[in-house]
Amino acid sequence: MTPDYDLAVVGGGPAGVAGALTASLAGLGVVLLDSAARLGGQYFRRPADGFRAGRPGALHHGLDRFARQCDRLAARADVLTGHRVWSVEREGSALAVRCAEGDREERPRTITARGVLVATGAYDRPLPFPGWDLPGVITAGGAQALLKGDLVVAGSRVVVAGTGPFLLPVAAGLAAAGAHVLGAYEAGGRLGLAAHPFLAAGRAAEALGYGLRLARHRVPYRGRRAVVEAHGDDRLTHVTIARLDRDWRPVSTRTVECDTLACGYGFIPRIDLLVQLGCAVRDDHGDPAVVVDAGMRTGVPGVYAAGETTGVGGALLAEVEGRIAGRAAAADLGRRVPPDPVLSRRRDRMAAFARALRQAYPVRPGWQGWLREDTLVCRCEEVPLSAVREALELGAADARSVKLLTRAGMGWCQGRMCGYTVACLTRDALPVTRRAIAEPVRLGDLAAWPRPADDPASPDDGPASPEGRSR
Amino acid sequence: MPDVVVVGAGIVGAACAYYAARAGLDVVVLDRGPVAGGTTGAGEGNVLVSDKEPGPELDLALLSNRLWRELADSGPDGPGPGPAGGGFEFEAKGGLVVAETPPVMEALADLAVKQGVEHAVVEPGRLRDYEPHLAEGLAGGVFYPQDAQVQPMLAAARLIRRGGESFGRGALMLRTGVTVTGFVRDGDRVTGVRTDQGDILAGAVVNAAGTWGGEVAALAGVRVPVLPRRGAILVTEPLERPLIRHKVYTAAYVTAVASDSEGLESSAVVEGTPAGPVLIGASRERVGFDRAVPASVLGRLAAQAVALFPVLAGYKAIRAYCGFRPYCPDHLPVIGEDPRAPGLYHACGHEGAGIGLAPATGHLIAQALTGTRPDLELTPFRPDRFGEETP
Repeated sequence: MTPDYDLAVVGGGPAGVAGALTASLAGLGVVLLDSAARLGGQYFRRPADGFRAGRPGALHHGLDRFARQCDRLAARADVLTGHRVWSVEREGSALAVRCAEGDREERPRTITARGVLVATGAYDRPLPFPGWDLPGVITAGGAQALLKGDLVVAGSRVVVAGTGPFLLPVAAGLAAAGAHVLGAYEAGGRLGLAAHPFLAAGRAAEALGYGLRLARHRVPYRGRRAVVEAHGDDRLTHVTIARLDRDWRPVSTRTVECDTLACGYGFIPRIDLLVQLGCAVRDDHGDPAVVVDAGMRTGVPGVYAAGETTGVGGALLAEVEGRIAGRAAAADLGRRVPPDPVLSRRRDRMAAFARALRQAYPVRPGWQGWLREDTLVCRCEEVPLSAVREALELGAADARSVKLLTRAGMGWCQGRMCGYTVACLTRDALPVTRRAIAEPVRLGDLAAWPRPADDPASPDDGPASPEGRSR
Repeated sequence: MPDVVVVGAGIVGAACAYYAARAGLDVVVLDRGPVAGGTTGAGEGNVLVSDKEPGPELDLALLSNRLWRELADSGPDGPGPGPAGGGFEFEAKGGLVVAETPPVMEALADLAVKQGVEHAVVEPGRLRDYEPHLAEGLAGGVFYPQDAQVQPMLAAARLIRRGGESFGRGALMLRTGVTVTGFVRDGDRVTGVRTDQGDILAGAVVNAAGTWGGEVAALAGVRVPVLPRRGAILVTEPLERPLIRHKVYTAAYVTAVASDSEGLESSAVVEGTPAGPVLIGASRERVGFDRAVPASVLGRLAAQAVALFPVLAGYKAIRAYCGFRPYCPDHLPVIGEDPRAPGLYHACGHEGAGIGLAPATGHLIAQALTGTRPDLELTPFRPDRFGEETP
């Protein structure tokens, strides 16, 4: 059976779009799938057409360029938005990409391709603290998504907290959109990056730009501060902000009234599909990242990864990696692709910068002291810290056995919110969860897909078919 | 020096340790991983009598069923069904086996009579009194009130804990992260284990290493053929209200359990859980220790579940997991002292029924360890029944 496409690209952010465009320009038949209604991923998240945003580019660096890439891509490849991919696996000589198409009325669909480029990005890493489950507490990425995607300012009195350079654009974006941002609190040293001045140089202008915007809106940006507790009866009314020592243990506290807290402690690569495929995973400063070679090839033939899946590094690096992956995929399928050493050098330089950034903003262990016995660790299954401690007492010795004994990580988010926390609390090594189902999928859709005719469980001829019986 | 070292902190090891401590022995439980980290943590928690052919396994299942009830009733959280159930969610929910066609129904009813187990034959028209959402057109079923369910990981962890608390904290100790690398011998006799953290001498050693029981036996130079059979389970989103009351499965499950087929076999086993999600099994494949469950297997499980309960079609599967059921060539477990290595007792090879059969296994092992006459004849479970040739 001939595969539908040469290359299927999963993820329509900077890495996926660049990879798909590069591969299609090199002569491959390409399909790009994304779960959202519009391409862009998290970084280039844009309002739907109906919003008629006045200046959508105001919230983004490089949106015009990205939009041009999308237009060029649409002209030479199939772009399938609204497709949630829940499994990729080898099927004979092809790779089968299984997805659910559509929103409320989902339809199952399987697409086959010779190669797959997985560019599924990353998601927020929250850390728990008392009250983090109150309405009004959102992730930093969530606040940014509301702003970029829905043009919604998350609140009127907003506190931004967490660690990493991402806090700056979140605080600046919210302030520019009219929120009263009471402060941006960086748990690490505010000048963390200054320790790497030669690396910082390349991006100093960008950081300075955010700094100026924060200053213009009189938003204080403080280091060694964190929100260690959120208060309110049925929704957030105020937060406790602590001054921290080097290990993030609170030294002193004060409270601030606010209606919204946007909180984020970095990002975790979304690598479910790559783990399904059996790709090797490395420890990237405590987070899982997929191992790739200089051509963004994973160890699994025909499978490529680009962007945050290979280690969190931001949109610019993601685009470069996408282009490299697209070229490698084309070359591997016999297309003539001249070498581009400049691209590779750019990737090396930017990846080194990303590594330095991540080293400059580590999560320090003192946050565990912010928790109380009744603080929820897993929100989906409402598992408090005390239950995790009890499981450890009972003989659980790793994140998986804590999950089995407490249900932490068994709910809707499948441990994406609490996996990091549970691993830290159990002092487990890097948790790499194999998820056979990367996205929830209806049983009816799972049941309906085509199987070989000799399969006795085929719904068409199965003895237990309800249609068959009612006739 | 402990009286007994139990190798394996799964449900069978936990039960052996619990009953040995209750019999007055000092016990150390070792596991190379955490508690319940192997097959125990990858099953459904079945405590079934309904799926057993008459014979030694059914006898074991009936004894075990009674012991599970005792354990649940004597738990610190008090007796009774529901989430508390002994501290491990024991639920005497009953099992409903359904037949798709009249001939299968006839065979099911015959089996129930031969089993001599408490049961009720259910006419097609009455099936929905038991399960309102069952599909149209089934040929009937048999209801087994004794079938039950536990949360197996909690059960293993709590049995070990309860054993320690009830019979003296020194008397039952759990050590996780300890790998057994060999045995200490005195002539043929096993007098302890070698581990990556030093030797532990003991009066007896119990091999409760489940799917890895054959490897542990090999360390003592004896052959116990335990092989992995992969079983996958599909889990739905939490349901807002319970749709499925009992453990419901199709008659095909009974034949699949005893099958010798290499390839994929599956039959619908569907049940709700106290936490809300519906668990959907059961597939059986001999694929070694490969953890990558193909999406086609999940598709087949979903198809079978939807055929049985059409209402499930609209609910979402949010995860799937698999485990490796330890099976022996004759599909019976290995229970008792190994005459080839005196002092070494085996308690492994329970295939997909280890949760259900664990208390009886632990109870019989404790009787053997203390020289008490066992409640059941152990001959069918002899460790040396397989001979020395490779299968």
